[in-house]
Amino acid sequence: MARKFGRRSFLAGTAAAAMPWAPAVAGAQGVRLGLLTVKTGPLAQGGLQMEQGLSVFLKQKGSMLAGRPVELIVADTGGNPAGAKTKAQELVERDKVDFIVGPLAAFELLAISAYIEQAQVPLLSLAAADDMTQRKPNSYFVRASATSSQCDHPLGDYAAKEMNLKRVATISEDFAFGYEQAGGFQRVFEGEGGRIVKKLWPPLNTADFTPFLAQIADVDGVWNGFAGANPIKFNQQYAGLGLKAKYPVLGGWTAYDDALLKSFGDDAMGAISAAWYSSDLDTASNRRFVADMVKQYGNVPGGYAAGTFINGMCIEAALEKTGGKTDDRATLIAALRGVSLTDTPRGTFHFDRFGNVVGNVFIRRLERKDGRLVNTIVKTYPNVSQFWTFDEKKYLAQPVYSRDYPPLRS
Amino acid sequence: MNQWLLLGVNSITLGGLLFLLSAGFSLIFGLMRIPNLTHGSFFMLGAYIGVSFLGLGLGFWAAALLAAAAMAVIGGGIERLLLRRLAGQELAQVLVTLGLSFMIADLCLMIWGGDPISLDTPAGLSGAVPIASIVFPAYRLAIVVIAVVIAVALWLMLERTRLGAMIRAGVDDAPMARVVGIRVSRLFTLIFCLGAGIAGFAGVMGGPILSVYPGLDADMLPLALIIVILGGTGSLLGALLGSIVVGFLYNFGQVLFPEIAYIILFLPMLLILLFRPQGLFGRHAP
Repeated sequence: MARKFGRRSFLAGTAAAAMPWAPAVAGAQGVRLGLLTVKTGPLAQGGLQMEQGLSVFLKQKGSMLAGRPVELIVADTGGNPAGAKTKAQELVERDKVDFIVGPLAAFELLAISAYIEQAQVPLLSLAAADDMTQRKPNSYFVRASATSSQCDHPLGDYAAKEMNLKRVATISEDFAFGYEQAGGFQRVFEGEGGRIVKKLWPPLNTADFTPFLAQIADVDGVWNGFAGANPIKFNQQYAGLGLKAKYPVLGGWTAYDDALLKSFGDDAMGAISAAWYSSDLDTASNRRFVADMVKQYGNVPGGYAAGTFINGMCIEAALEKTGGKTDDRATLIAALRGVSLTDTPRGTFHFDRFGNVVGNVFIRRLERKDGRLVNTIVKTYPNVSQFWTFDEKKYLAQPVYSRDYPPLRS
Repeated sequence: MNQWLLLGVNSITLGGLLFLLSAGFSLIFGLMRIPNLTHGSFFMLGAYIGVSFLGLGLGFWAAALLAAAAMAVIGGGIERLLLRRLAGQELAQVLVTLGLSFMIADLCLMIWGGDPISLDTPAGLSGAVPIASIVFPAYRLAIVVIAVVIAVALWLMLERTRLGAMIRAGVDDAPMARVVGIRVSRLFTLIFCLGAGIAGFAGVMGGPILSVYPGLDADMLPLALIIVILGGTGSLLGALLGSIVVGFLYNFGQVLFPEIAYIILFLPMLLILLFRPQGLFGRHAP
């Protein structure tokens, strides 16, 4: 419960991190990088980490990418669609940025998608809305993290095959990110012989999950797709009602993100989660990234910080291909989508024709090691596509996962 | 069967926590005639201050009481330094409380960061208690006991003391109370201290169940509003009954009518506003 990371140390950290590229502001030849993030309001937790991840990357590079100095312009959307739209326009029209990293939330992304397509600025977002790279693609969009359902497809596979679960209840917030995650889990889990017996959808700002938890009975396990601060509350209440001892719990990447480990108590121990990033992954770039994050911000990074760090790597790789040129936008986005990297904090990955990542998904178990909570990788699914093992055409012909799709089997 | 029993017990325990949240809100609303939109922030700020006291190595109960004391000072300060200057301008006062709630939210983000913080259940109450065929967390039952103790203490204060008589007079008719020599403005400060203090205490009490996170304020404020409109402003009994009613509506509504859980929660408030604007036990319309 002791809080090592305070606002003050964060400010000190960013001030120090800001130094190396400060001179670049004056340089006419700089690559301009816009970060759309959230620094105020309930989503700020993820938003601050996004800024930290990108700052760590630029600091490692001495603020030079492909031989050009980089200027970072950070904009706070306030976590709402209107703010995202305004700030995106500012970044494009006033600051003339060459790339935008962000925004955080799907509803922010949807609000700026059409504008980005028209303005032809490559956009690298962590927002997970499935259809952004499926049924309503955007030709200037690149997603190096995952779609909402991308990690839950393999988790469904793991739950059926390795955990031998037969009957599972799902619980997640009553919004698109929850539906898409749960849908992905359900489809694969049921395809492998499992059965979803109940789907529970507490509203986003539910204070007490007990009314929902009371409905869980006669299952082998419980899957959850919570995000933000809700995972802490959910695991506290789930354990408090004695359910943890009865039914093992599984979750998506936001539910057991590594950045939440310092907030969890023993309530979350043993949880199995699927994530596209894990601070536990042993690659050279990840070891260095985690060490820098801990040194500069006192934070073990989770998906939000890793996501923008990896976005930075993609931008660098694209610039190297174009020789540092950014004027021809069609060439630039083609170069970005053609990026294929091996040593990254999430391991090897490349992009599909929609600009969505094909890469590792890690199955982790939450454990206590040397007094600290960690997510230990127990299995890695390599080269996971957003379409899992399904045929792309058939997949796209089906509706996007929703509250009622796939339906409960009666 | 088990499910319904669990829901029933949880309705009462949630009602207990909601009473701690709304008792102060009701008193402030009753006396000053304004909904204090900072009340959710008092709850959250109290919880954060409790977190800091816990971080200093204090025990849970000491941290909760000190957080309550700190919030009482902060609440009193807000009344004296800000709301006092706008005396009589109710709209301006409501807007100030709304603005303050945003400022407190950002202040909390600056000081405590955005990561959610979970509070450990106090030692001795971390177990579960068997009730008929179910087991229920002991801590949640303890909240009911604490809510009852605070309700009785507040009731005695309001009904049996000279101060309580003055507050009741202020709630009933502030101008007349002034005429007979009651310093109503001093009561305002006092009630603000009391209301903020109880809300801060409630925030720490809620910590082991709700955890503490940015946005907790906005999650709790609407619940306090519903309770007070249902029960009636300035009425302790109203706040208590409103809390229990909302506890039941919340628990059973979410299970029986999950698609329209919020309608179930807000519909009674709407009906009360239409047909009995003073609330079930209120002395006057808000």
